[in-house]
Amino acid sequence: MNDDDLARRALLAARALHWRRTRRLTAALLLLWLATTFGTVFFARALSGWSLFGWPLSFYLAAQGAALVYLAILLVYALAMNRIDRRFARQLAEQA
Amino acid sequence: MSAPSYFQRLSRYYLLYTGGFIAFLVALAVLESEGMPRVWIGYLFMFATIVLYAAIGVLSRTSNVSEYYVAGRRVPALFNGMATAADWISAASFISLAGGLYLHGFDGLAYIMGWTGGYCLVALLIAPYLRRFAQYTIPDFLAARYGGGAGGRGAPVRMMAVGATIIVSFTYVVAQIYAVGLIASRFTGVDFSVGIFLGLASILVCSFLGGMRAITWTQVAQYIIILVAFLLPTMWLSVKHADNPLPQVAYGAVLPKLEQRENALRVDAREIEVRGIFRQRADGWSARLAALPASWEAGRDEVQRKLDAVRLRNASLLEIRGAERALIAYPKSAEEAARLWAQLRDANLARARPPQPHAAPFAAPDEATSDIKRNNFLALVFCLMLGTAALPHILMRSYTTPSVTDTRTSVFWTLFFILLIYLTIPALAVLVKFDIYTYLVGTEFSKLPTWISYWANVDKLNPLITVADINGDGIVQLAEIAIDGDVLVLATPEIGGLPYVISGLVAAGGLAAALSTADGLLLAISNALSHDIYYKVVDPAASTQKRVTISKLLLLGVAFIAAYAASQKPADILSLVGAAFSLAASTLFPALVLGVFWKRANHAGAIAGMVAGFSMCLYYMLHTHPILGGSAAGQWFDIAPISAGIFGVPAGIAVLVLVSLCTRPPDIRTRALVDHIRAPE
Repeated sequence: MNDDDLARRALLAARALHWRRTRRLTAALLLLWLATTFGTVFFARALSGWSLFGWPLSFYLAAQGAALVYLAILLVYALAMNRIDRRFARQLAEQA
Repeated sequence: MSAPSYFQRLSRYYLLYTGGFIAFLVALAVLESEGMPRVWIGYLFMFATIVLYAAIGVLSRTSNVSEYYVAGRRVPALFNGMATAADWISAASFISLAGGLYLHGFDGLAYIMGWTGGYCLVALLIAPYLRRFAQYTIPDFLAARYGGGAGGRGAPVRMMAVGATIIVSFTYVVAQIYAVGLIASRFTGVDFSVGIFLGLASILVCSFLGGMRAITWTQVAQYIIILVAFLLPTMWLSVKHADNPLPQVAYGAVLPKLEQRENALRVDAREIEVRGIFRQRADGWSARLAALPASWEAGRDEVQRKLDAVRLRNASLLEIRGAERALIAYPKSAEEAARLWAQLRDANLARARPPQPHAAPFAAPDEATSDIKRNNFLALVFCLMLGTAALPHILMRSYTTPSVTDTRTSVFWTLFFILLIYLTIPALAVLVKFDIYTYLVGTEFSKLPTWISYWANVDKLNPLITVADINGDGIVQLAEIAIDGDVLVLATPEIGGLPYVISGLVAAGGLAAALSTADGLLLAISNALSHDIYYKVVDPAASTQKRVTISKLLLLGVAFIAAYAASQKPADILSLVGAAFSLAASTLFPALVLGVFWKRANHAGAIAGMVAGFSMCLYYMLHTHPILGGSAAGQWFDIAPISAGIFGVPAGIAVLVLVSLCTRPPDIRTRALVDHIRAPE
């Protein structure tokens, strides 16, 4: 096996690991997205008895809470993906 | 590195611009207090902003392909986010959303959730991969991923994606141009069609000269105007009712006060009296409906007799005209009468209902009806989200940033800037509702504020607001006010007692919202026609110069067709805009997402999936939408036609998966492409 072949394998392995991490992160955040959306709507009547700073909880969640969770999801995704990308670059550098 | 200095230079320009805009506002406020007439303020706002957008267009003119289609791929994440936010915030968001919340309370929040949560799907499933793919349009991606057709260039998939792009974007752009005409004509008094063509001129100078590059920089400027125009009056109301200039925080304190007011009005004796009168009227229509067709004949004879009577006694011309008009307006047949009278009965019944508690979710007389409302809310939220993640003019934006990392950050900024507006919309609805329930209800008819008569006279056929003394006590009751959702935001400054310059500002904001969205949509349509059809299919050897020129000519053509369609005031198109989300979701979403996440998805599967999603969605709409000739009786699980995507998307996914599994797996080149877009840069 020559050096080119080795480097190619290392790249493929690093890519596979990167894609596994990306997929895991995407799945986790999608689950959070789904739970937020579904939970807010489906349990709205049950939650309307509770209150948060004057808002009935279900109204607050639908008007602001869910949207703020979505924003947090996007922030976490952007930051975590940057980290995953950096780890990929480091792994390649170490193997080289 | 030149990137940071480019970002700093842009920031400096836009800070200067914001300062200039505020100075312009202050100057106008001073002029108003010196007695400048209102009409002039309206003119100044309209023309100053339109000239501004056109000027940015002229400054960013270009004939370079990459600049024209994707703004040279060098828009910093923050500015790309701001431009996408302006692209996103349409006339409906700016003008109608708060009104919808005012009228429907909790149930209106489906739009807030759906139109924000969709960005999670954009960021997690689509945008970064499109940027990594680094071409120009959405059909580009689908054609490269699925291949097939002559020479494996993917022409069939491309054509279908182009078709979906055009159908979805065209419905949407007609609604934006319609709103431009409406706002321009109301605030400057010019004719509706003149208003449309004024707005069109500014859109054209901008997109025609500079494509995506000009649109991006104009949209950033438009976003700043939208933000100021929406926040300023809401903050004013917030200080007035909650002593707190942050409406998003303050309205929590107003909600309990509003609830008290609602409870008081529900049991108020005069309110009950007015609601009783509406119930009697509704009963009257019910009786006439029950006695059809005899009641229709009797009614016609009655109207005819009245006309004969006024003619006989030589009454004034005015009276004769009135009687003639009554005869003309009378239903032509028993069937027409049945429809018209049922509408009148329902309208009266609606006004006979006591006020619903604003914050109560899915308020309904019984458990089953409430469950139907909840299911529809859920279905609508998911359709709007999936549709957001499949709208070509939004996805196109992920091509314009310098890198994949920037695309991810840019989607975050997009939602951030959208939320600055969207978190304020529910606050505005509550504050205005509290204002109307507390101050307008209970005033004497002789002392009605002037904004009511102004807005009542804007459209005489379908008044935006009517306040009539139903029970004749000389005092305004809540049940006597009928308000159209679209008037709320535009009238907010007057409701809150602000100077007229703020009304002009809000109109300019609505105009900016409509124009920015129209810009993006027109570009999406003309790019689909010029890049995907002309360059990729008709003449792949075309020079870059020719491609851009063709693109500009097509843009001009599409813009005029859209403006013509809007000037016909097509009620049916406008009511179908919501349906565009379901259509986009059903057709494009499965192919886009599975194209990235499932290597096994192939050409045959993509074609079948797109056809199945589109047909399922269209079938359900035709089957259940009254405007398209369907009826509510055909609904499945009582889901409204606007949420047809809840059936279309699963159908599209299922068919795509099944057909892919039954046919040959994609070739090695396609698998390499998928590996490439998944890999980091």
